[in-house]
Amino acid sequence: MAMSNVVLLNSWASVFGMRVKIALAEKGVEYEYKEEDLSNKSSLLLKMNPVHKAIPVLIHNGKPICESNIIVQYVDDAWNKSPSLLPSDPYLKAQARFWADFVDEKMYAKKIWTTKGDEQEIAKKEYIDLLKVLEGQLGDKPYLTGDSFGYADISLIPFSCWFYALETIGNMSIEKECPKLVAWVKRCKERESVSKSLADSHKMYEFALQLQKKYGL
Amino acid sequence: MTKPSEIKLLGAPASPFVNRVQFVLNLKSIEYEFIHENLASKSELLLTSNPVYTKVPVLFHGNKTPIPESLIIIEYLDEIEPDVHRILPTDPSHRAENRFWANYIDTKFFPLYEELRMTPDKEGKEAIKKQIIEVSQLLEDTFVKFSNGKPYFGGDDVGYLDVVLGCFLAWTKFVEKHNDMKVFDEVRTPKLVEWVKRIWSHEAIKIDVPSNETLVSFYMMLQIHKPPRAA
Repeated sequence: MAMSNVVLLNSWASVFGMRVKIALAEKGVEYEYKEEDLSNKSSLLLKMNPVHKAIPVLIHNGKPICESNIIVQYVDDAWNKSPSLLPSDPYLKAQARFWADFVDEKMYAKKIWTTKGDEQEIAKKEYIDLLKVLEGQLGDKPYLTGDSFGYADISLIPFSCWFYALETIGNMSIEKECPKLVAWVKRCKERESVSKSLADSHKMYEFALQLQKKYGL
Repeated sequence: MTKPSEIKLLGAPASPFVNRVQFVLNLKSIEYEFIHENLASKSELLLTSNPVYTKVPVLFHGNKTPIPESLIIIEYLDEIEPDVHRILPTDPSHRAENRFWANYIDTKFFPLYEELRMTPDKEGKEAIKKQIIEVSQLLEDTFVKFSNGKPYFGGDDVGYLDVVLGCFLAWTKFVEKHNDMKVFDEVRTPKLVEWVKRIWSHEAIKIDVPSNETLVSFYMMLQIHKPPRAA
């Protein structure tokens, strides 16, 4: 299949966009990157994702694909070559999907940087408890669903860009609470697809500070 | 071919998410054992088989670790029995489109019914009813696009979005009756009105549509366990 006309509409700080960047890099797909100003959405974005008007959007041969986890699965299907992002075994595939969906359902850290005092303490505890569930799933495996880096890892790893910001603003240590998960983060970052796709942690921290100012916090 | 009794489904008949898995099992002629769960008093089996969400449906296949989440179960069934009534299309971009609308239906459509139940005041309810109407319009447009003149979202026969949306029809009827509204109607959403009749008479679907009595009991349980917000 000719790799023609692949465009990614994204915003640099989006963890969801990072998932797509990782998937495209894993498959060695060349694409045109378009940075969206979310306060002034382009007509292309509005046309390609009229339902949600959100990034990331992958445009392949003129057809839009929306929702990051759906895009990652699409990339695996459409560029059907090594490495596979999802396991071929239906059962392991179901497990990978479950954990990728779990990340979407549950990963929520906003209250750590938008609240203070008791509310912030509760938010911190809930976030750590959540990371511990993921750490439990990881166990002694190198990756979330086995020996190979894949869909579930891609779904979660971008959130690690926020760890430094959350630790600094929330005065907490994620490494102390979840050492195995932090080791997994380092392992994933050894892959070029990940290290090149993740936003810099310090840049995310500054972004968080700017957001706090914007919200009047 | 999946042997009968190898597959067990833990669920509650009133749950549309359970129903949609049942529809797929029927379409694929997969025999299974249905284990009835009482959601008002969750069983040890549910708590241990789905510790993360403690929700139904949960699929058990032989000795494997149980699989929760209806959409994940459906894709799993499609992968283990691909040659009997394929549910998702094989083309990557069509698969992505189907998944996109399933996500939309589950996150933007069905939750409105619960929101309607939880909202105490008339003004609040009217606002949600308005949202439901808008969403139903979008679903009509989606049906027209996907069906392309054929009877179902899946084309000639029931496909992914037919089961994903079709499972909500019993609750839709319930909500319409209790809120004096029409979610799908002949003027706004004519194609979906025809589709609803078709789905309701489909062999693989009609046998597992819950009765109004089942929904009423479930609704009463919800009103007690998760009462509407205070006005």
